[in-house]
Amino acid sequence: MIACTRRILALGFTIACVAGPAAADIKIAFIDPLSGGGAATGILAQKTHQFYIDAINAAGGLNGEKLELLSYDNKVNPQESLIQLKRALDEGARYVVQGNGSSVALAITDAVQKYNERNPGKEVLFLNYAAIDPALTNEKCTFWHFRFDADADMKMAALTDVIARDKKVQRVYLINQDYSFGKAVAAAANKMLAESRPDIKIVGDELHPLQKVNDFSPYVAKIKAAGADTVITGNWSNDMVLLIKAGKDAGLKVTWETYYGGSPGAVTAIGEAGVDTLKQVSEWHRNAAPELDATVAAFSKRYPGKENEYAYWRAKTMWDMFAAAAKKAQSNDPVKVARAMEGMKMTTSLGDVEMRADNHQLLQPLFVSTLARNVKYDSEGSGLGWKTDAKVEGKATALPTTCKMERPK
Amino acid sequence: MLELVTISLLNGIVYGLLLFMLSSGLTLIFSMMGVLNFAHASVFMLGAYLSFQLGRWVGFWPALVLAPLLCGVAGAAIERYGLSRVHARGHVAEILFTFGLAYLIEELVTMVWGRNAVANAVPAVIDFPLFHVFGSTFPAYKGLMMLISLAMFAFLNLALKKTRIGLVIQAALTHPRMLSALGHDVPGVFVLVFAAGCALAGLAGVIGGFMLLTQPTLAHAIGPIVFVVVVVGGLGSLAGALIASMLIGILQTFVVAVDYSLLDLFRALGLAVSRGSPLYELLAIKLATAAPVVPYLLLVLMLIVRPRGLLGTRDV
Repeated sequence: MIACTRRILALGFTIACVAGPAAADIKIAFIDPLSGGGAATGILAQKTHQFYIDAINAAGGLNGEKLELLSYDNKVNPQESLIQLKRALDEGARYVVQGNGSSVALAITDAVQKYNERNPGKEVLFLNYAAIDPALTNEKCTFWHFRFDADADMKMAALTDVIARDKKVQRVYLINQDYSFGKAVAAAANKMLAESRPDIKIVGDELHPLQKVNDFSPYVAKIKAAGADTVITGNWSNDMVLLIKAGKDAGLKVTWETYYGGSPGAVTAIGEAGVDTLKQVSEWHRNAAPELDATVAAFSKRYPGKENEYAYWRAKTMWDMFAAAAKKAQSNDPVKVARAMEGMKMTTSLGDVEMRADNHQLLQPLFVSTLARNVKYDSEGSGLGWKTDAKVEGKATALPTTCKMERPK
Repeated sequence: MLELVTISLLNGIVYGLLLFMLSSGLTLIFSMMGVLNFAHASVFMLGAYLSFQLGRWVGFWPALVLAPLLCGVAGAAIERYGLSRVHARGHVAEILFTFGLAYLIEELVTMVWGRNAVANAVPAVIDFPLFHVFGSTFPAYKGLMMLISLAMFAFLNLALKKTRIGLVIQAALTHPRMLSALGHDVPGVFVLVFAAGCALAGLAGVIGGFMLLTQPTLAHAIGPIVFVVVVVGGLGSLAGALIASMLIGILQTFVVAVDYSLLDLFRALGLAVSRGSPLYELLAIKLATAAPVVPYLLLVLMLIVRPRGLLGTRDV
């Protein structure tokens, strides 16, 4: 009620003040696509964050305060995201959670930095669970940004490790979305393949418009004509599903080395044709550990149905670490939580994780996995599921950083 | 090279016929009623969802018939109880009405089927390779799509040009008063035309639903491009729409295959553009990356050079 009255005074006119549930003390703004091409991914993430926030609240909240998730639809558009961020800040958010679209994350990190400079004492912290353009923890790094997914370079390093050992790979085709992240994937692939397997020929380096291609057949024809045996792609959501579907329709025989082969719908789209040929690099998959984590099972119970298949393990790590940091700091103030999170180490059921203090990048185990038959937990009810090819421990995923972070005094 | 050209040509024809299938209902409604139906892509999406749902209940082939019929019935109801009252207020009112309708349909499918894509897989009966070209397979469902698209063209042409009802429909646009004086039910004719246009959109939705992704954004994904087809082809011309579809389909497919940029052109002409020059980034964009812009470029050029489109009979 106090918050409510204060707001009425600030607005200078009376609005109906509904006596709803007690106002939450920590407001967390979730800014991601909730409509449009990326909505499937965004909505699943929203549910996952809500799930873990509810768990924290059910356990009594943090330092006596409860968490509230406010959702804002940004349509994966950086300009729209900044408008939504402004709205979130006006509504009292002190934490921002975003992931889909590195172009968006770059805009938010910049806006948060400026906002914090101008509003000392009201700082905002940006928790990034999925935007993996390396720039965010290198040249564009800020104290206010923490990333809980491995960046494009770290994932590419894990992928190229596996590719390097596979002598059958001779001709690689790169196809990526035409924006900051897609370009980062292409750059990483070019650089790392040249280092680890100079004999591999890169026969194509394609960028296509983000979430705008209806028919990937022309691209598949090009891949085929180039004689590629392996395709590396950072495509996600519709772009992943439609690409792989076009490949299957044309009978394209390649190995798909992907970042998001586990995108909702991708396994269904490729079906049997993806067995042994669809690979992904991720921090989790359904068969990463012998048993599904208890929270994963609980999530599936609360959100049943294929479209709600659990995908964001890193969200669990993120909220666990967030809660641990708030407890350690004995405060929910973003600056104090941020300081507590720097260098924080934890052990999850998949291995050791650590938040790097120098660039705020989480180090966590990465898995390269392949679509296979006869796995314990299948995906999308297809009878097919992910099988681990290689696990890279968190420490081994660390890469040098160019980040020169300015910390608040 | 021959391989890429052959397969690109085939892909282009497939994409072109898909575009024609998507836009034929729009062309019909526009040419025979003068209504620019902004809800066309939404009815198409509705058809996709209905065929997905019916396909689960009664199988693919019955769904192929029932989904378009249901869309037709919906179309008839929209015209009879909604749009017919708006006609008198002119074209702006009609456009606004269909514009609002598009949003209504989108919200409706979201409420019923959710925001995520539904698992609208290619039905098993048409999910097999039809033939092979240079080692690439050509799926049977694409063959069915081409067949349906061409059948639509043939049916519409015959129905409008060779049948009595077709003549009445054509007359209803230009001479509605004379027609009703002769005892014909002009509002009834409009209901029929709108229903047929929506049924065609629904039929396209059955096939398009599993070729694309059946999700609430489907209408947005194809909405703009069908207008390009209709404008480039010439407002109200079926043959024009067919030619425009093929042109766009083939052009776009071939542009994707071109890995050259303006920079390469300048280099070939002996002009050196350094990395520091102001337009370097723009010039370095490969033509392939710009492929999706091609239809809209064509639209703008067409409106400047020939506003009536390829085979149109009146200006936009």
